Amino acid sequence: MLQIRRDLVDAIVAHARKDHPDEACGVIAGPVGSDGTARPERFIPMLNAARSPTFYEFDSLDLLKLYREMDANDEVPVVIYHSHTATEAYPSRTDISYASEPDAHYVLVSTRDPETHEFRSYRIVDGVVTEEDVEIVEAASPVAGPTESYMFANTGSDDKPDT
Amino acid sequence: MAVTVSIPTILRTHTGGEKSVEATGKTVAEIIDDVESRHGGLKARLVKEDKLHRFVNVYVNDEDVRFAGGLDAEVSDGDTVTILPAVAGGMR
Ligand SMILES: [Zn+2]
Repeated sequence: MLQIRRDLVDAIVAHARKDHPDEACGVIAGPVGSDGTARPERFIPMLNAARSPTFYEFDSLDLLKLYREMDANDEVPVVIYHSHTATEAYPSRTDISYASEPDAHYVLVSTRDPETHEFRSYRIVDGVVTEEDVEIVEAASPVAGPTESYMFANTGSDDKPDT
Repeated sequence: MAVTVSIPTILRTHTGGEKSVEATGKTVAEIIDDVESRHGGLKARLVKEDKLHRFVNVYVNDEDVRFAGGLDAEVSDGDTVTILPAVAGGMR
């Protein structure tokens, strides 16, 4: 199962919408916890070097920079996402042949419908695709220290349905 | 000549879990052969028909070797050779 904060989901969808009809791609990096699992935390949109509606590719030098940065921060690519702009959010044969992070959640977003999007997550290990549940969690409220208890009340309407 | 070769997660099964290994050689091809002599199986994941596999990127320091001679790209003492799986895909 992929557990991911709502603001990160929104960021991925916004990136996919912005680059539509080209495919958008990127990573959400995060640290590996003591239990060996990693939580997605840092949103890193990448340039689609292919600038194509049917293909995406991280620029090779951007990729090197990204991995060095994650290495230095003790992060791993928790989520590797890209969009499909005319087809469903399911890994294609090409997606599967390139997938080489067995511990990553491969997130696909489809923007073929201008109104609604599909947001789905998969494990891709040795060419085998397994879809997994996505649990969207609300961003944790900042932990208030003993001297920082004056949080502004959230006066925004709270009538948005949890989908 | 000693060169540090940085190994991506997916290929560490071939290096007993090591993130990087030392190797010697004057070109990327020689480096790969040298690593292969101690960590069998790695070469087949990187090279296909005497060319770098399209699923991997290989860098000498900060340069993608695809633009620097491919497997013939020169490597000098103290260089770092980084192997990374390409992140790519498509609709089909
Ligand atoms: Zn795809």
